[in-house]
Amino acid sequence: MGTLERKLFRDLFKMRGQAAAIALVIACGVASFVSMRAMYLSLLRSQADYYAQYRFADIFVELKRAPDWVAERIRQIPGVAQVETRVVMDVTLDVPGLQEPAVGRMISIPARQGQGLNTLFLRRGRYLSPTGRNEIIASEAFANANKLEPGSELQAVIQGRWQKLRIVGIALSPEYIYEIRGGGSLFPDNKRFGVLWMSAETLESALNMKGAFNSIAVSLLPGTNKLDVISTMDRELDSYGTLGAYGRSDQVSHRFISDEISQNRITATVIPTIFLAVAALLVHLSFMRLVSTQRAEIAVIKAFGYPDWLVGLHYVEFSLLVAIAGYVLGCGIGWYFGIKLASLYAEFYRFPVLVYRLDLPILLWAGLITFVTAIAGAIGAVVRAVGLPPAEAMRPEAPARFRPMILDKLNLPSLSPAVRMIIRNLERRPLRALASAFAISCSVMILVVEFGLFDSLHRMMEVQFHDVQREDIAVTLNEVHSAQAEFELAQLPGVIRSEAFRAVPVRLQFQNRSRKTSILGLPEQGELHRIVDGTGNTLSLPPEGIVLSSTLAGILGVVPGDSINVEVLEGRRPARTIAVAATVDELLGTNAYMNIHALNRLMQEDGSISGSLMQVDGEKQQELYQRLKQLPAVAAVSIKAAAVDSFRETINRSMTLSIGTLIVFASVIAIGMIYNGARISLSERSRELATLRILGFTRREITLILLGEQAFITLAALPFGFAAGYVVCAILTFHLQTELYRMPLVVQPASYAWAFVIVFLAAVASGILVSRRVAGMDIVSVLKAGE
Amino acid sequence: MLGAVYGLAPSSSREHDGASAWFGCSVTARPYRPMVTPMSSLSVGATFPDSDVVFQVHAVSKIYQTGELSVVALRSVELELRAGEFVVFLGPSGSGKSTLLNILGGLDTPTSGDVRFRDHWLSRADDAGLTRFRREHVGFVFQFYNLIPSLTALENVTLVTEIADDPMDAQEALRLVGLTERENHFPSQLSGGEQQRVAIARAIAKKPDILLCDEPTGALDFPTGKLVLDVLAQINSELHTLVAVITHNSAIAAMADRVIRLRSGEIVEVTQNARKASPEELVW
Ligand SMILES: Nc1ncnc2c1ncn2[C@@H]1O[C@H](COP(=O)(O)OP(=O)(O)O)[C@@H](O)[C@H]1O
Ligand SMILES: [Mg+2]
Repeated sequence: MGTLERKLFRDLFKMRGQAAAIALVIACGVASFVSMRAMYLSLLRSQADYYAQYRFADIFVELKRAPDWVAERIRQIPGVAQVETRVVMDVTLDVPGLQEPAVGRMISIPARQGQGLNTLFLRRGRYLSPTGRNEIIASEAFANANKLEPGSELQAVIQGRWQKLRIVGIALSPEYIYEIRGGGSLFPDNKRFGVLWMSAETLESALNMKGAFNSIAVSLLPGTNKLDVISTMDRELDSYGTLGAYGRSDQVSHRFISDEISQNRITATVIPTIFLAVAALLVHLSFMRLVSTQRAEIAVIKAFGYPDWLVGLHYVEFSLLVAIAGYVLGCGIGWYFGIKLASLYAEFYRFPVLVYRLDLPILLWAGLITFVTAIAGAIGAVVRAVGLPPAEAMRPEAPARFRPMILDKLNLPSLSPAVRMIIRNLERRPLRALASAFAISCSVMILVVEFGLFDSLHRMMEVQFHDVQREDIAVTLNEVHSAQAEFELAQLPGVIRSEAFRAVPVRLQFQNRSRKTSILGLPEQGELHRIVDGTGNTLSLPPEGIVLSSTLAGILGVVPGDSINVEVLEGRRPARTIAVAATVDELLGTNAYMNIHALNRLMQEDGSISGSLMQVDGEKQQELYQRLKQLPAVAAVSIKAAAVDSFRETINRSMTLSIGTLIVFASVIAIGMIYNGARISLSERSRELATLRILGFTRREITLILLGEQAFITLAALPFGFAAGYVVCAILTFHLQTELYRMPLVVQPASYAWAFVIVFLAAVASGILVSRRVAGMDIVSVLKAGE
Repeated sequence: MLGAVYGLAPSSSREHDGASAWFGCSVTARPYRPMVTPMSSLSVGATFPDSDVVFQVHAVSKIYQTGELSVVALRSVELELRAGEFVVFLGPSGSGKSTLLNILGGLDTPTSGDVRFRDHWLSRADDAGLTRFRREHVGFVFQFYNLIPSLTALENVTLVTEIADDPMDAQEALRLVGLTERENHFPSQLSGGEQQRVAIARAIAKKPDILLCDEPTGALDFPTGKLVLDVLAQINSELHTLVAVITHNSAIAAMADRVIRLRSGEIVEVTQNARKASPEELVW
């Protein structure tokens, strides 16, 4: 080992506290990069693997009823690889142990396992046997939520009759990775909604669909134009009551998962960038200081004839050594957290396979980024060290020059000397103070953003479940019923208020844009479902015309006053032109609303309803649920309180981990910066502080002078952190919005307060670390060293 | 232990604004106790028959342990210093002058032996006690002036007056060293001599019982050094402060009441000057 190397390791040891703080910040940056990148890739791969192995279809279509031979016509379409026809139907379930009725989506599957598309991954139990008539396979999410096992039995209302179903297996399907009903519901409620697979033969006969089907899944040959196939399919199926074919991008489960996976890309870029920027700043500040304390050493080394580049390299090596420590630690933590995160997501999405590899490219990228950070941080110090002429460097550094500055022009006689010292030191090195403030405001910002996103989810939930959905339960009927049904529903025990609704699947079209959705018809003076915009204002439904959510209006490119073509996809399938009466800035979904009477007129029907929203007396709830389970006309009952709970649980589960992680991250940045800042001023001002000790100032007092500067910077950084947090929240809520939901921009005062508390505690922790240094300071030896 | 003494002693309960300006920690006024020290038979050159003994140093040794090596900086030193005296410590570099002065000023503690300031045992005090001792009784002047670069001349002085009990006015202190004109200058805007005089003003502003100066003229040229010594002599005569000056310049010894010579950590000679020379008379 050369002498310079030996000096390197000794210096490193002397600076170990600061070096550790820097390494830790780098480690956080590397860890977040590695874990998020690895998780992102892992999810993409797991998804792709899953889709490939279990033959997830490319195109889907639901229709009213088509005879089996129609499948042959679809098979003839160029580019189609495989076609699977199915019978799919939502039925009411009586689940043991569950008071309220649940909804089961019955899907027919081939008699033999592994055939067809969207094949099942069997978790437990067995596949259907050719002889067992009532056998079903249940989805894992539903089975777990209700503690169902192979052998458990359920009751289902099929064709108006109760039928006993026996679970023989528990399985996963690529079609229902994210298991929601679709339509209005956006959040999984696994207790009350589940997918049940049954043999095609049994289901067809049970549902009166012998020799026919109502759903098709199609896979394509590579290189096929999906849109061509979709439009051909729509033409072929037009006379069978098709709701329109759609690709994966409109398939609910796929869409949700792909959205969430790609959202990780944003955070995987932003968070590591912040860390590495702060790390570079820390390296810069600490090394500039190191070079000025080592002026004499550098001079001697140069005087002995070491070339400049070797001196520069010395500091680069120093910085790299710290960076490498951070890198290794970061890769380790990142690898561990990546697995944790990926398996958490995999569990949430129920991937049967989790492909987790820590790819070399990720590690190499992380290494490159770390390397760049270390060099960027050290460059200033290197330039200064290299540029130091040996003769000048031998002389001590010129004493700190203070001149009257802003403070003195203000002429405030009441300030104590301690405060003056703090302010003048800040004034003397404004850039350094700025850099520190920048890092600390980053830490505040991270916290405000995290808490702010939480706030925004809460607001979304509040608007949806408090302002929009004001019902206790929503009852959906399995067919369109007359107004008489509404009257009967209202008579059920415990129903305080009941409002009928009509939901009609439609294709909306304006110029060359179109969109499949459904129109919700609501009563004029309805109370139980309101149309509410993002700011909480309620819109009353006009008697005529259609009201669109702004997201939907945006997709179609319409403004109020335009007329759009409405093509109904059920019943007599009328097509009309209707005026857009208003658009409403809703948070969730791509909804269209009409007055229920206007919708009935459009449908050329007389007071038909699809279901009813109800306000229910809690006391009689059980009785009501029992009755609803018995009613053959009832297809589904959704209970709001249950949806709220499951939503809340989902949010809390995913947020706890991310909030915990980000609190650690923000604290590392804050502690790293404040500790380093205080250590640098301790080193620069050791003489001054020793003098104060000699004059009779206590350790506590000089620690306060030392930390006062950091406290001032921290306080000054807070408002900027708050503001930056708000702005980033605004940007993120804008970018995180999908067609399915929009996040309102809300940051509660409590979120700012929490950010403050956490950064404050981090500052106190750094203060304690530094005060131990002050306690260890040797006054006399500081004075011995000449100036 | 010293802290305990202060804590228990009845305080004169005089509040001072300066202390509260500093982070709100108030400083209890020092109780003044009349001297109860019996004259020690061990005293070196006890020729002031009726003087107050301020410092009593008995069998003080200081050994620095650096790894394997141990350096004996002081060896069984016996010494008494009296109120109002002007004492000069002379000796070659490394003879232990600074070590002795630092022990007297409560910056350092002896390895063995006793140091007593009036009725307080410095040798047995803890860090907090020593800090309090320095704050209330001692003024220091060093070769390198050790001013706070971020404070003006006046502020460097108020720094001390704000935490002292019954200080003089900061401007008065600067007047005493002849720097009224320069009070709003920062240290970097002052010459070496001016900086040293600010350091003296800062040291005397609290009206200390003792003023300890470690080579105060070491970094100054001849005329400037003289000016500084003049200030010290003036403080000694006008305020009756015990002044102890370290120097290796034997010419300065002429202005002392007593000259104490050290060599290799031992006091080798104590001289009582019959007449104190004024700084103007000094030549070197
Ligand atoms: N902190 C220390 N560690 C080790 N040795 C020291 C220390 N301080 C002083 N010494 C040694 O003690 C002796 C006396 O030092 P000092 O009192 O500074 O001498 P003077 O002030 O007379 O020049 C010297 O030999 C010096 O090397
Ligand atoms: Mg000395």
